[in-house]
Amino acid sequence: MPETLREMFSYGFMLRALLCGTLVALCLALLGVSLVLKRYSMIGDGLSHVGFGAVSIGLVLGIAPLAVAVPVVMLAAFLLLRISSSSSINGDAAIALISSSALAAGLIVTSLSSGMNADVNGYLFGSILAMSSSDVALSAALSAVVLFLYLFCYHRIFAITFDEAFGRATGVRVGFYNTLLAMLTAVTVVVGMRMMGALLISSLVIFPALTAMRVFRSFRGVVLCSAGAAVFCFAAGLVLSYLYSLPAGASVVMVNLAAFAAFSAVGAAFHRTC
Amino acid sequence: MAMIECSHLTMGYGSQIAVEDLSFSVEEGDYLCIVGPNGSGKSTLIKGLLGLAQPKSGSISYHGVSPREIGYLPQQTPVQRDFPASVWEVVLSGCIGSGGWRPFYTAAQKDRAAEMLRRIGAENLRGRSFRALSGGQRQRVLLARALCAADRLLLLDEPTAALDPGASAELYDMIDHLNRRHRVTVLMVSHDLASVRRANKVLQMATSRAFFGGVREYFESDALRRLEGGENHA
Repeated sequence: MPETLREMFSYGFMLRALLCGTLVALCLALLGVSLVLKRYSMIGDGLSHVGFGAVSIGLVLGIAPLAVAVPVVMLAAFLLLRISSSSSINGDAAIALISSSALAAGLIVTSLSSGMNADVNGYLFGSILAMSSSDVALSAALSAVVLFLYLFCYHRIFAITFDEAFGRATGVRVGFYNTLLAMLTAVTVVVGMRMMGALLISSLVIFPALTAMRVFRSFRGVVLCSAGAAVFCFAAGLVLSYLYSLPAGASVVMVNLAAFAAFSAVGAAFHRTC
Repeated sequence: MAMIECSHLTMGYGSQIAVEDLSFSVEEGDYLCIVGPNGSGKSTLIKGLLGLAQPKSGSISYHGVSPREIGYLPQQTPVQRDFPASVWEVVLSGCIGSGGWRPFYTAAQKDRAAEMLRRIGAENLRGRSFRALSGGQRQRVLLARALCAADRLLLLDEPTAALDPGASAELYDMIDHLNRRHRVTVLMVSHDLASVRRANKVLQMATSRAFFGGVREYFESDALRRLEGGENHA
């Protein structure tokens, strides 16, 4: 086993994938706790679909995919947040509408320019080869920002997640923090999308938070456990995918699913006894 | 000396008028019950009092308090029903407004949160999970959180909406206790006439003011009859 691991990480792309992946997973897990609790889980899914559309269009136009995708997805995050928080429109239906339209636009643009090929497959389901060293730098910078935000605004994030009305009344700028959370999610989704796949990246937002909530009963416990579970599951999924030649994104999702099942069992047993 | 004074207050969204020409005042130590059917402008008035919406005309003036020094107990949301948080985390979050940009709570803020938990007789709940509490216990914990934000003036938005009669009575006792013993001024929006009897003043709304005055006069007035006649309880 140690021999295999050494061999695995002697490949530069594997090391980059591990670095980027754990950082992205960590960020999305932290942001995901608030998104899941605020019933905004669908936003992560919507953002990745919009990201796929934007990346495809960027490729066709010959612009660096990230340069197109980051601003477009940030704009989408802003819109999706507005849709979700306004009660006048049917929020989840609107998000589904935007997601599928963006996905369709991406597919059409790609097939018009080059025909359906491995590229589309890579973007939809992820490719372990996708991370460059500039992506490593970007994800490191991003996770620094997310960790800083979490440490310095932890109590405000708790307050706006638990009770927006009360937060607003005590002078917390709820709209600002909501937008900040959505923007950071947007950038992180775009960075991680090419490795995890547009269709699979939202699992990194949702799974760790849900897993942690099976066992932990305090916000702090959920946040810490969610971060730990995300990092562990990503690393384990990557190793599995190497050992058994499986697609990396899918392996990470399956490990997350296993962790969720295990925590559910532990949670059920634990809460029955006390 | 009035603590809060609304004079000729008109509020609304766009061309929609929700509150019109409303005047009333709240003295220190008052227990004011705000009643009225749905759509009578109660929620808009709450936003105005908290400083979250601006009046179209008229004014709300504060004497000795600011809109930030109102301990607010909002209606519970579905998000809170299974939110993973300890009672301590929830109560402590009441201190959020007094923290400035400090990332952590100070010892003084923690002492205050502990004191407010004691004041509502819930120090034994401190380590419990919020979602495991009964409806009545939750409201008491949220009351403690509101007291952390401001212990002179509370604004409660239908605090017993989801409670059974026994738990409602307990919560009203607690509010009475805070009002009498700790001299907390209470503004309470309510649908429940049982709560009105505990107040010393009543404001009945119907966009504009339908009644404002003492509780005894309220029960003798015909404003109450109009409210009961106008509301269709299924």
